[in-house]
Amino acid sequence: MANKAQKSLPFEEPLIQLRKKITELKEYTQNAEVDLSAEIDSLEARLENLEIEIYEDMKPWDRVQVARHPNRPTTLDYIPYVFEDFIELHGDRLYGDDEAIVGGIASFKGQPVTVIGHQRGKETKENVRRNFGMPHPEGYRKALRLMKQAEKFKRPIICLIDTKGAYPGKAAEERGQSEAIARNLVEMAGLEVPVISIVIGEGGSGGALALGVGNHILMLENSTFSVISPEGAASILWKDSALAQTAAEAMKITAPDLLEMGIIERMIPEIRGGAHHNPVKQAEFLSEAIEKSLSELNPLNPDGLIDQRYNKFKAIGVFTE
Amino acid sequence: MTMIRDIFKRNRERNGPTIPSKAAKDVPEGLMFKCPECKHIVLTKEMAKLQKVCQKCDHHCKMTAQERVESLMDKDTFESIDDHLKTGNPLGFPGYTEKIEADSKKTGLNEAVLTGTGKIDGQPVVAAIMDSHFRMGSMGSVVGEKITRAVELATAKGYPFVIFTASGGARMQEGVLSLMQMAKTSVALKRHSNEGLLFISVLTHPTTGGVSASFASVGDINIAEPKALIGFAGRRVIEQTVREKLPEDFQTAEFLLAHGQLDAVVHRHNMQKTLSSLIRLHTKGAVAHG
Repeated sequence: MANKAQKSLPFEEPLIQLRKKITELKEYTQNAEVDLSAEIDSLEARLENLEIEIYEDMKPWDRVQVARHPNRPTTLDYIPYVFEDFIELHGDRLYGDDEAIVGGIASFKGQPVTVIGHQRGKETKENVRRNFGMPHPEGYRKALRLMKQAEKFKRPIICLIDTKGAYPGKAAEERGQSEAIARNLVEMAGLEVPVISIVIGEGGSGGALALGVGNHILMLENSTFSVISPEGAASILWKDSALAQTAAEAMKITAPDLLEMGIIERMIPEIRGGAHHNPVKQAEFLSEAIEKSLSELNPLNPDGLIDQRYNKFKAIGVFTE
Repeated sequence: MTMIRDIFKRNRERNGPTIPSKAAKDVPEGLMFKCPECKHIVLTKEMAKLQKVCQKCDHHCKMTAQERVESLMDKDTFESIDDHLKTGNPLGFPGYTEKIEADSKKTGLNEAVLTGTGKIDGQPVVAAIMDSHFRMGSMGSVVGEKITRAVELATAKGYPFVIFTASGGARMQEGVLSLMQMAKTSVALKRHSNEGLLFISVLTHPTTGGVSASFASVGDINIAEPKALIGFAGRRVIEQTVREKLPEDFQTAEFLLAHGQLDAVVHRHNMQKTLSSLIRLHTKGAVAHG
């Protein structure tokens, strides 16, 4: 997974060019009797600088692209590295099993937890099966069932958010997409166990929020959380979806933006260039963040947890009296 | 010369009045009301008496929040709260503040929801009434805050909470802050519910997106007005996604009722009576040790 050839993104183009050049030079020195090591060294130094320049100063649109990278680690990619003894549990007991959301029980550093997350596919076939990570009502109802189960057995709940949004389809509407999302929001508000919601990729609108009413919301550095996709915002606001890049900046959807607005508790640093460059290492960062949040939330009693969640969300909003 | 001129003048005068002047054709603004559905025209005054339900085709026309208050609450019992909250421009969207001010002037509201206490048939309630004439009833920070405070007031007073929804969803211009209002209103509703208090959601045309996917759908009782458009995703988006023609009545109140998503569809003329009965039937102490 980690060493697969990576799809490069447009903003990474200068890096790709430079790397190619260095490889060419290296090959050339091997075959010809010329010593170019000084040149190679200087180019490698330049590459290092350029990496810092490009990756340390990522624009919102760059982050959107990293968040959507096809190789970006998904919920099921992280689970084996972050948790132990994961057992997946299926179905909402009402209609079906929505594979766009996965969930189950596992152990986190010795503590039993419930893990729930949106699940995208890695290739076309899996994506069709998982509906590109866009849940139907069954998915949200399965998530709620597992949360209630966690509450009964006093396990903390870890939600991993990674979806473009709830599925906009006929069947989803018929079976109450709105109600399924709304019910989760209300029921999550009352959970008597710690809830940590972590955005690992795209956090698209209500479909993301339905796993997002946590005591803590964390975001990976290159993830996004928004009321609408940049393309959607651009087409509504300016009737032109080509202005998505502008919308991505205007809408303030990146982790640093949400941290600044006080909506999330912390931002989880990413591997330089994005989580897909080293999922194993990224999982370590994720573990550290979960451990930190749990150590803050574990001591709270049920009422304390509910009050903390209440106060957190009550405080969000910008207006004047 | 003058005689000749007089002849022409007289002719002009004789022909003139046959074409009605613009001034004579105009009816004073707002005197008549045309049903947007069947184009039937009635006196506005008459329409108000009918609670804006067309007498010809029974279409439930959009109501302003004030009109809704008048049609539901006992006379002079409604007292609004939080009219002083002012919308900010957190993302710095050009023209946003001006649009809010313009709609505020147009509707007489500070935001897209009117909240307050009042009495329905002598029974006290806290009510929130969304007004789609204000930015399509969309929910930003102030709408979320007003609804949350109204729910908190209902919890504190032990009153039922009644909401009339009419909204296109979360407001784009406040970005993720709008989205979070869905969660904010939900945490408040949970507390209200834990106290054993009644929450009635009345879904009116249109209730979609983030509003449909939060408080609108989680009443103890969910009722809707006839033909109201209610849904999560927009019809066009769904048609593009599923590539099939959707049924004519898709996402109407009747469609939702048939699919088990609503308790009832209630005609506007019966709304006040229905709410009154529902509230009475939820009076605490129905069971001796309840």
